Amino acid sequence: MNKKDLGLLALIVVVGFVVYLRNPAFLGPQNLANTANLIGLFGLFAIGQGFVIITGGIELSAGSMIALLGVLFVDLVGAKGVPWPIAFAIVMVLGLALGLAHGLLITKLKMQPFVVTLCGLLIYRGVARGYTADATAGFPFGSEYPGLDFFVARIGGIPVSVYVLAVVAVIAWFTLHRSVFGRYLFAIGKNEEAARFSGIRTDVVVTSAYVICAGLTALAAIFFAMYTRSVQPSSQGNFYELYAIAAAVLGGFSLRGGEGSIVGVILGTILLQELQNLVNLLGIPSSLNFAVMGGVILIGVLVDQQWGVFRARRRIAEAARSSEEFSPKPGE
Amino acid sequence: MLDSRDQEAPARAFLKLSAVRKTYPGVVALAGFDMLVGPGEVIGLVGENGAGKSTLMKILGGVTVPDSGTIEIDGAPYAGLSVGGSMKAGIAFVHQELNLFDNLDVAANVYIGREPRRGGVLNLVDEKQMRADVLPYLKRLGANFAPNTPVAKLSLAQQQMVEIAKALSVNARLVILDEPTSSLPLAETDKLLEVIAGLKAEGIAVIFISHRLHEIERASDRVLVLRDGVLVGELKKAEIDHDRMVKLMIGRDLKVAYAAPKLDKGEVVLAARGIRTAAYPTRDVGLELHAGEILGLAGLVGSGRTELARVLFGVDPLYAGTVTLNGEPVTLRNASDAVARGIFLVPEDRKGEGILLDLPISENISLPDLDAYARSGLVSPALERVQAERSRSELGIKAPTVMTRTGSLSGGNQQKVVLAKWLAMRPKVLIFDEPTRGIDVGAKAEIYRLMRGLADAGVAVLMISSDMEEVIGVSDRIAVMHEGRISGLLGRAEFSEENVLRLAVGKPLAKAG
Repeated sequence: MNKKDLGLLALIVVVGFVVYLRNPAFLGPQNLANTANLIGLFGLFAIGQGFVIITGGIELSAGSMIALLGVLFVDLVGAKGVPWPIAFAIVMVLGLALGLAHGLLITKLKMQPFVVTLCGLLIYRGVARGYTADATAGFPFGSEYPGLDFFVARIGGIPVSVYVLAVVAVIAWFTLHRSVFGRYLFAIGKNEEAARFSGIRTDVVVTSAYVICAGLTALAAIFFAMYTRSVQPSSQGNFYELYAIAAAVLGGFSLRGGEGSIVGVILGTILLQELQNLVNLLGIPSSLNFAVMGGVILIGVLVDQQWGVFRARRRIAEAARSSEEFSPKPGE
Repeated sequence: MLDSRDQEAPARAFLKLSAVRKTYPGVVALAGFDMLVGPGEVIGLVGENGAGKSTLMKILGGVTVPDSGTIEIDGAPYAGLSVGGSMKAGIAFVHQELNLFDNLDVAANVYIGREPRRGGVLNLVDEKQMRADVLPYLKRLGANFAPNTPVAKLSLAQQQMVEIAKALSVNARLVILDEPTSSLPLAETDKLLEVIAGLKAEGIAVIFISHRLHEIERASDRVLVLRDGVLVGELKKAEIDHDRMVKLMIGRDLKVAYAAPKLDKGEVVLAARGIRTAAYPTRDVGLELHAGEILGLAGLVGSGRTELARVLFGVDPLYAGTVTLNGEPVTLRNASDAVARGIFLVPEDRKGEGILLDLPISENISLPDLDAYARSGLVSPALERVQAERSRSELGIKAPTVMTRTGSLSGGNQQKVVLAKWLAMRPKVLIFDEPTRGIDVGAKAEIYRLMRGLADAGVAVLMISSDMEEVIGVSDRIAVMHEGRISGLLGRAEFSEENVLRLAVGKPLAKAG
């Protein structure tokens, strides 16, 4: 954990404490479990977003992907009677294929990530709505899917999604911060040309980042579908890509690439969910939800940057003071 | 040395420079330079890279102010010019890289920033007026295109005419053409020389800077030769001659001690045949690189040397031709293919392509061969540090620790980091593109020593360089490129700046003797 992460953690604790003082239900087991579940769901694809942002890219289609893949999953299992493990596999493969398509469009055909994934955002949302003719995809009344209950189960009072996030986060941490592949991701984000001139297959690495992102988004899509039990294709996952991007930015990622950490993006996700929860628990009209989130992100990033500028100036000023005796004579 | 007294004074000088001096930290760019330019005079200005030409241009353009000396324009003295002052005095520039907006038409480019207006509430641009105003300037230049032609549709020479029309429209008295022909095909060059003659006829002075000496020969009334910030020669119209100019431009002592090769060159390691690059898709280029030799690749900027290097390193596509390594044909689809076969490039753009400035030294060195520093897919920083320490002492990289951010090192040490990452991997072929650009003399000598050490260890070294001293001092053989082709190969016995320059501008070698 670096200083930035510690600052974020402190903010999470302080905000949580204030909310608790105003409404003790914040730390009630039901609220905690529910919030933890949401953190698990949002954290999964926020980590995926992190992999893409590290390379200097962006994935705007995550929310639409969650709607499309969610509709498909529910429809396959509920209406088409496909056994759920097969439906699960189909949805995952489809998700990975979408990521591969994004990656290839960006690396091989040199399209800008923003454009490719913006088109994905529109296309997947439209296909999801067209697929059900805007109807809600749901499971038949009274049907039981014992295996699927796993996705919404709790083990020891903690939602399964939290365990899954923990496992994914550990793997992602080693991948990003310790593996050869992770080093390549950072190198490409810092300077793609220099990475290429060092013999790195930058196209393969960048494409992989989009595949990883889409895979984690597909997994999250299934969790979301099981969480809501029915999928309304016009609203499921709306703006979720922005939650993920916001979590990454709060967690210290640079949208220029080359900077960020798994711990950071998870803390960012936690803070965002805490703020949502705060709006509910403190009786703030839920219509103000986005305004609160936007305000906190703006202030958070602003304070962080200005603090960095202040420290850099102070360092230079100190260096200038301490080395006065070495300064060249006037006129030189 | 000559001074202004030796210059044939024109009847009434438009521009007069006296004892103009400019120094940069550690470099004397201009050491007391004198120049007279009369109205309607065409002055050719020649000199090698770093001779002081660009400093002189910056002073005339008002970008930099001289340390001492005076500038007189039409008899009015200036200590230094400002950009606006230079324009007002009637000095106009046409740069090698044109400053045109290719999304606008000819008239809009000529009148950019001072468009005639129609007045009224909206104060719109008066397009009609603007086009009518431009027409006479285009006529004077003998241009065959209309004022409303989009600049993107014009050829390079026509675009230069637009720049010159712009100069005419501000009533320029002196037009400075900086390497105007370096990117022009021959036919268009002729057209440009006609335009210069036209300017002269109107009494407008021209300073013509070029590496293409026979064009200088054709266009100039007088030639000034600069070397190391000093005017070393002035040639009157009758004296202008290619060989004289070359002799004046060169002829320095070599300052760095160069080591001779230990061994005779070995087998051919890398052979490129019939290579066609994007820059010269109709020209074949080929070369053979032997083990244990340093082959210098000389030529003018834009002759296709860097493009060849990029193809051999796999970062640019090979449009035609074959590359063989130790006799086996190789396919180089990307840098990764080249690196896997031991073909490495130390690129010209060190900060953009050579290293990652934000990473520590150790991580830059390990980057191309990261799997070798990893245990079951996880990078071991300890192994990285061991190699980095070894590289640091072998190459003499001066840095507080190997964890120091590479961007904080000096140019020479950064270049050693680039070299270190390849040396850690057993190179077969090492390509250097301008290896010592922006590097101080001390570090230069160390880089040369390392290059020679590599060659002595059997590595085949290809060195692209525009530094004449370096090419002649370091190379075992020199290949010279001219407009996308190898125009000649020189063995040690034939090494001379004159021979390299002749081949670089596409002239045959002088007769032996």
